[in-house]
Amino acid sequence: MLDIKDLHVKVGDKEVLHDINLHIGEGETHVLLGPNGSGKTTLLMTLMGYSNYTITEGTITFKGEDVTRMKAHERAKRGVGMLFQRPPTISGLKLGKLLSAISRTKTEDIPELARSLHMDKFLERDINKGFSGGEIKRSEVLQLMIQNPDFIMLDEPESGVDIENISLIGTAIGTLLEKDKHIARRKKSGLVITHTGYILDYLETDRGHVMCDGQIKCHGNPREILKDIKKHGYKECLECRNP
Amino acid sequence: MSQPVTPEISQADRERMAQTGIDFEMKNRCGSYLQMDQEIVHSDCAEAGIEVLPYKKAMEKYDWLKEYSWKIVSPEKDEVTKYVAAQKDPKGYVIIAHKGSNNIYPIQACLYLGRELIQHVHNIIIAEEGAELHIISGCSSGEHVGSGGMHYGVSEFYVKKNAKISFTMIHNWSENIEVYPRSASVVEENGVFLSNYVCMQPVKKIQMYPTATLTGANSVARFSSVVIATPGSYMDLGSRAILEGPGSSAELVTRAITKGGTIMSRGHIAGKTTGTKGHLECKGLILKDGIIYAIPEIEGSVVGTELSHEAAVGKLAQEEIEYLMARGLDEDEATATIIRGFLDVKISGLPEALQKQIDASIDEAEKTGF
Repeated sequence: MLDIKDLHVKVGDKEVLHDINLHIGEGETHVLLGPNGSGKTTLLMTLMGYSNYTITEGTITFKGEDVTRMKAHERAKRGVGMLFQRPPTISGLKLGKLLSAISRTKTEDIPELARSLHMDKFLERDINKGFSGGEIKRSEVLQLMIQNPDFIMLDEPESGVDIENISLIGTAIGTLLEKDKHIARRKKSGLVITHTGYILDYLETDRGHVMCDGQIKCHGNPREILKDIKKHGYKECLECRNP
Repeated sequence: MSQPVTPEISQADRERMAQTGIDFEMKNRCGSYLQMDQEIVHSDCAEAGIEVLPYKKAMEKYDWLKEYSWKIVSPEKDEVTKYVAAQKDPKGYVIIAHKGSNNIYPIQACLYLGRELIQHVHNIIIAEEGAELHIISGCSSGEHVGSGGMHYGVSEFYVKKNAKISFTMIHNWSENIEVYPRSASVVEENGVFLSNYVCMQPVKKIQMYPTATLTGANSVARFSSVVIATPGSYMDLGSRAILEGPGSSAELVTRAITKGGTIMSRGHIAGKTTGTKGHLECKGLILKDGIIYAIPEIEGSVVGTELSHEAAVGKLAQEEIEYLMARGLDEDEATATIIRGFLDVKISGLPEALQKQIDASIDEAEKTGF
């Protein structure tokens, strides 16, 4: 699904990501862990194609196609999607109108999907204006349901969300990633950033990576890595694997 | 229902008028006034209790109307009012909503400039006690007004006790037309005056500064303007509310976009009595180099008046554009979607049909990417 090779990324004049290599296969969901400021969100924004993240070296291949130089909407059209941690508020743009714009033709599913995420009362509201943490995330998940991407990046889906909402959001993300299907029949892939790991209680993941100082330092079973981090903190966790 | 409007108008000009909300079939309108240059081609209203009359005829019919003519707009105000006042054959309309009347469908007033150098009108609009009156005024010019033209319009609005007037004006002039509306309103106890202005199309120059004087207790005025200035357009727009009645309030909202033209966005609220409230808001977007000059003024002269303003002029946020691009919209679609949102002003108290008309004229501009 996704192949990242020798990726170097600059924000402004500063190189933030150094020599990133990552492969995510079809049907797999990976977890990206790492301390604040380590470059996790930068990697996701780069993969989405945001213009102020400049790729100086390396390639991104998505479903066999080189998308390294593509703009965000071209990647979105090919099946890349993202749940943003802090999406912008857009005055005057109604959530319902955005959903119609995303779906283009198939708008009849919108009310039902909105109801499933308890967002039916938000369709006539300006997007993200006065939304609570949980409402922002439910709005993001709803947009992804309409967009239906093949590869979904999730930037801290549990941040600012209460326990009840985590369950709702986690289950919905699970559906998006076809977790209800047999492992051999799953086509959708994901990459999740999490700090707390709470989302992993609702979402099966296949592989974990730890990012530090703009580099991916280690790989392994996501739950084991998380357990290590919880026990020893990021510092020791990384030191033990990179003596 | 009123009769369809059937003057001799070319299809192209009909389309231009339709963009300003003029409905020739009269499906959602209760009355019409249509003036082409200086010729009044249609004037009627089917709604009981509401009269739509040419100015001259109205003055002949009702002697008491003299008390309402040139009362709140001074004929000596400027060159425009002097010119209109000097006319021996005055044009324009008088709309009277008699006590207790209420029109669900708006009255449409269409002022169309085809050939004349100067089109002049003097309008008087009265909502008597408890009446509710909704007017949509579409102003446009023919495609072939080659040498340019001018529109001088004087309007006087009287909102009596417990009455309501909404006046929605949609302009569709062309690059060589100059427009000088001069209007004022007086709002009595518990009266509501809503004034909405939309201009998405080129105009050479427009200058207006409508003033509402809220004399009655708990009276309300709301002005909203949504405008785009194209290269060569000069729009000097303002609105003023004088809060004299105890508990009276006003809200002045502007959304202005320049694509190369100049917009002066003025506003003035004066709080003269205790318990009054006013808010002035101007948001501007500069899409291409042009000028948006916001001049908000609030003037409180007594303890117990609360006035505020906010003005902001800026550019489209890249973060918002890319957020929509991440959802699959290309850059142009994302930009147009954000601009459409920016221009989305919902006016409280406005009938749905009129809000839809405002939305439709902005949607029309969205089709071409603004």
